[in-house]
Parts: sequence; C-alpha cells; structure tokens
Amino acid sequence: MSDGNGIAIDVKGLTKSFGGREVVHDLSMQVKRGSIYGFLGPNGSGKTTTIRILCGLLTPDSGEGTCLGCDILRDAEKIKRQVGYMTQRFSLYQDLSVRENLEFVARLYGLRDARGAARDMIKRIGLSGREEQLAGELSGGWKQRLALGACTLPNPKLLLLDEPTAGVDPKARRDFWNEIHALAADGLTVLVSTHYMDEAERCHEIAYIAYGHLLAHGTVDEVIAKSALTTYTVTGEDLNGLTAALTGKPGIDMVARFGTSLHVSGHDVAALEASIAPWREKAGLHWHKSSPSLEDVFIELMSRSKDNFQ
Amino acid sequence: MSAVDHPAPARDIRERFGFWRRSYAMLVKEFIQLKRDRVSFAMIVMLPVMQLLLFGYAINTTPHHLPSAVLLQEDSDLARSVLKALENTAYFRFIYEVHDVDDFDNLLKSGKVLFGVEIPRGFERAVRRGDRPALLVAADATDPIAASAALGSLGMVVQTALAHDLYIGNPPEMPFEIRAHARYNPAAASSLNIVPGLVGTILTMTMLIFTALSVTREVERGTMESLLSMPIRPVEVMFGKIIPYVLVGFVQAFLIIGIGVGLFGVPVLGNLVLLALLSTLFITTNLSIGYTISTVVQNQLQAMQMSMMFFLPSILLSGFMFPFAGMPAWAQYVGECLPLTHYLRIVRAIMLKGATMQNLRFDALALAILMLVAMTIAVTRFRRTLD
Repeated sequence: MSDGNGIAIDVKGLTKSFGGREVVHDLSMQVKRGSIYGFLGPNGSGKTTTIRILCGLLTPDSGEGTCLGCDILRDAEKIKRQVGYMTQRFSLYQDLSVRENLEFVARLYGLRDARGAARDMIKRIGLSGREEQLAGELSGGWKQRLALGACTLPNPKLLLLDEPTAGVDPKARRDFWNEIHALAADGLTVLVSTHYMDEAERCHEIAYIAYGHLLAHGTVDEVIAKSALTTYTVTGEDLNGLTAALTGKPGIDMVARFGTSLHVSGHDVAALEASIAPWREKAGLHWHKSSPSLEDVFIELMSRSKDNFQ
Repeated sequence: MSAVDHPAPARDIRERFGFWRRSYAMLVKEFIQLKRDRVSFAMIVMLPVMQLLLFGYAINTTPHHLPSAVLLQEDSDLARSVLKALENTAYFRFIYEVHDVDDFDNLLKSGKVLFGVEIPRGFERAVRRGDRPALLVAADATDPIAASAALGSLGMVVQTALAHDLYIGNPPEMPFEIRAHARYNPAAASSLNIVPGLVGTILTMTMLIFTALSVTREVERGTMESLLSMPIRPVEVMFGKIIPYVLVGFVQAFLIIGIGVGLFGVPVLGNLVLLALLSTLFITTNLSIGYTISTVVQNQLQAMQMSMMFFLPSILLSGFMFPFAGMPAWAQYVGECLPLTHYLRIVRAIMLKGATMQNLRFDALALAILMLVAMTIAVTRFRRTLD
C-alpha cells in the first residue's frame, strides 16, 4: 500500500447519478491522514452518496481514486476491512443487545478475542451496566455512542461518519467530538458530515458541497478568506425595517438576522458601502465591519450555487 | 466519554478461516434474533403440531360405520351372509334396503349413503353353478380417503362370508367376484400418504417463509447498509442465514414424524438416519429457495407473495393433493422441478415402503441439484452495493 504520502483519501472526478439525476458531479478531494475532515452541505447535496462511494457501498459512474492506498473501484473488500462507517440512520441490530452487537462486529472482522474486545469497547464508550440492554431500547445519544463504538471496534484507519450527531443533545454532542479528536490524535483519519456550524469549526479541514458540486474546501479560515465576502454587522432598533430596506440593493448579496444583530454581506465592497451609506449615520444603529461567519459564507455559497446548478 | 483514560488495546485480526469465522458471526447473530422473536419461535413448534393435529384428525384415515345401502334383488342365505360379512368389517352400516335401481342410484347421488351393494338376481344359484357372478359395490369416492379403506377391505369379505356358508364349503377358487366401482372419483388416494406428505408440505411452507424474509428484513430495517460496509461476502451471509433454520427444520420434521408415528400410527419401515439425512437435504433446498426469493424481491410483502407463488404449485403439483402419475405430462415436468415432489417420494418410500438410498438416488440427486441452482442464483443475485 502506498500510504507514504500521508493522504488517506484521494479521489478525482467522482460522478454518480440515480435515475438520470446527477447526485455527485465531478467531485475531487484529498483528505490527509490523521485529520478530521468536515463535510458540509444542504440536505440532498450528495454527502451521503460520496461517503458511500468512498466505502464501496456505491459504485461511481465515473471517476477514480484511492482510499487508504486501495483503489476504490477494485479493492472495495480491502477498503471495507480498514474503514469504519457510521450510517446516518442507526443500522445496528435493534433486537440484539449492546454486547451482542459489538461481538457480532468483532467476529465479523475476525478480532482474536471477540468477547474481550466487546467488553473493552463497552467500557470505553461508557455503556457499562447496559451491556444486556437491547440496542433498540437505547436513547438517541446512547445509540450514537454504540454505533461509534461498533465502527471503531475493528481498529479502522479511516472513519466515515454520516451526520453522526443529528438529533443528539449538546452535551452528548460535545462528548462525541472529544472522542473524535482523541481518535484523530491516535492517527485515525475521520471524515464527518454535519449540518452544524460549530461542528464544522471543530474540523481541521472542511469541504462544502451543494447539488453534487464541491464548492469550497480548506481550513475554516481559508474558506472564509476565499469567500471574499465583506460583512457589516448592525445592531440597534428596527432591524426588521432595515432588512426590508436593504434586501436587493446593489452590492448587497445577503442580509441575515442573528439574534439582536444583522449581517449585511456582499462581494463588491464599493457597491455594498454605497448602498448602506444612507443608514450608516442613522441614530440608533451601530455599524461595524466584521469578518463573515462560516454560516454567512455557506448560505451565500448555497444561494449562489442554486442559481448556477438548478 | 473516557477515551483517553481507557485506550482499548489494539487487537490483531486473524486472516485465516475467514470464511468460517464470518459465517459463524452471522449464524450466531441470526440465532439470537430468532430467539428474541418470540412469535416466530413459537410458530416453529406450534405450526407443525397444529397442522398435523388438524389435518391428521380431520382427515380421519380409517372412518368406520359409513352409511350404506343395499339393492337386494334376491333374498337368499348367501346374500344375507355377504351383507353380514360386510357389516362385520365395521366399515359399512346398512341403513337402506331398496329393491329398485333408481332408488339405489338416488341414495348414492344425494349423499345419503357412501356405499351401495348390489346383489343381483339369481346370485346364489349362479355361485353354486360356479359362474362367478359379480357383486357390485358402488362407492361415492368424491371423498377418496373415506372410500379407500372400506374398498380395501372388500377382498377379505368374500372369504369371511363363505366360511359361514355350509353349502359351498371351502372352494379353491373365488366363487364370486366383488366388483368395486369407485364412482365420481376413480383415483382414490391411500390414507397413509397424508402424514408423510404433511412432513414435506409443512417444511416447505415454514422454511420458505423464514428465509424469504431474511434479506428483505435487513434492507427494510436499514441494517443492510452497515452489514454491506463490513467485510462479509454474499456466500457467508447466506450460510449464516440458512444454517440456523436447518436446525429449526430438523426440529419440525422430528415433531411431525414423531406425532405421525405416535398418534396416527404411521410406520417408519426404512432407516431413520437416511430419513434424517435426506430431510436435511430437503430442508436446505427449501431454505435456499426462500433465500433466493429474498434476494430478488424489494420488500417483505413481495417476499410473502412470491413464497405463496412457489408454495401453491408445490402442494398441487407435487403429488401431495393429486396422484403425480395422474397429472398431464407438462404438469409432471413442472412437478419434477419442485423439491416437494422429490421429497414426497423419498419420505413415503422410506416410511411406508422401507426404501434404501439405492432406490432414492434419483430424487436425492434432484434435490441436491435444485439446492445448488437456488444457492447459485442467490449468491449472484445478492447485491453487494446499494446501487
């Protein structure tokens, strides 16, 4: 295996259609070993499809690449042995207990001491005392821990996590991310798809995908810088009126409300400043120039990509 | 989570015996799931017992005291002793005595009697002259099982009747002939066929349904996605899903045959080990077919429908319901492609005729071929991806 280059996933030109609808379009990406790579994008953008292609569950219509040094088209079986895939929907056996589920996975991968491995994993994911509980009876947070435990059990080199924290409370979410970082620190590569901006900011690198197209990738700072978006934050009275007044003005690409403040963003700084000038000095409004948030960038990318690809 | 405090020791992975290991993992999982599924588990025992008791007792193999009529055209001593002998078999109970052919026919046609005995005019004289006259026994054989046992007893009647007749003594030849006429349904099935036949039918039904649901259930519950992302091959999934049910089928076969022997007095003349071996082959064949159905259909409803599509011809064309030899050639060809046809021959031959492997080579081979064909289709049809 050619893993000397420190790249875990290296794919080019992945394309996949279902029933004539292109779900993934000419997607290329590289993920470094030991990094946490965030996969962001709206619903139906092709995140799950891409992940499934990477672990051999779907065959791409075109494109090529390697996953852990193995060809994604020819060596699906080799890849499966080294990849842990956590599905979006809980896909362990609901009518098997926590222990039985883990032992099943351990046996399937050929771990030398399946019972011992399951026992250690139960301790590690904090499910001690619930070994004999049926997986289907666990709460969402516990199910998610069990699923993560199951896919890390055979010591994979790459974890593919498809929206692992959907529907999980903030405390469990934070614990989960701590675990992910601990795993990455041990050298595991993690590709995780998510909708949450705070989770995106916990990733070493992120990629933004919409309508099957990869629109931006890099570290969070790089993505924000590359967006070339100028944002003014306004606080004060009657922000609703201001929103209505500014929307659609030349140079203003996006007006978004964040609690008590308003983000006004645009690509053309001159035009943007010209448009907001009449309100700059208005009493009761406080303006200041800020860098756009990741969310600003993504929403802007999304609305732009909608025009381009739909 | 306490990942940092308790790092799990890295465990090495065995590459040898991968096939058996993964099949075993699958098998253990299926066993646990079966154990948890209380309803299915209860069905394994209840289904054969209920069916056998219902069919076995409802289809009474040796009905007695069946209503009969006699068309008496001569009132002689010999005629009386023949009737007495018929009644002594306990199969016939004469409730009508008529002298007119039309009355006789109407009694049979209306179903008031199941048998009619016609003693012709000049019967006794003809016997004495050595003319071997015919004594007609007409049976309403729309219900062949009711008629067959009684008809089978007729041969004895002649001897019994004559033993009491001093005029004739004990002639070397049959002095008169009993001509049995099975009306409405000339092909009367033998009653002992039922229990061995039920072994095959019940096994076909339960085995087919158990595995027909197995793959679609994984797809519908979403567990297939995770299973496919793990390094398991289609053959291993198949073995893991089939083997637990071989045991289930074996328990069922044991129950049915046990009840058949214990309650219904069906003999097992042949070798029990041979019966067990060939039953296992038949069980595995059905499981493979069920599994094949499971890899073709989209959901559990379709799986049930397709199982029924297979089950009905199995019952109708295998020789369980209608005698195989009586079917048209094309139906026999279809029948030869059904495992139940071959198993019925095997189980009837071993239980009732004491057949050996020598006699059953063809049917055993046919079962093995059907099993391999089904398994091959299943393994090639099994979708290894979600495409």
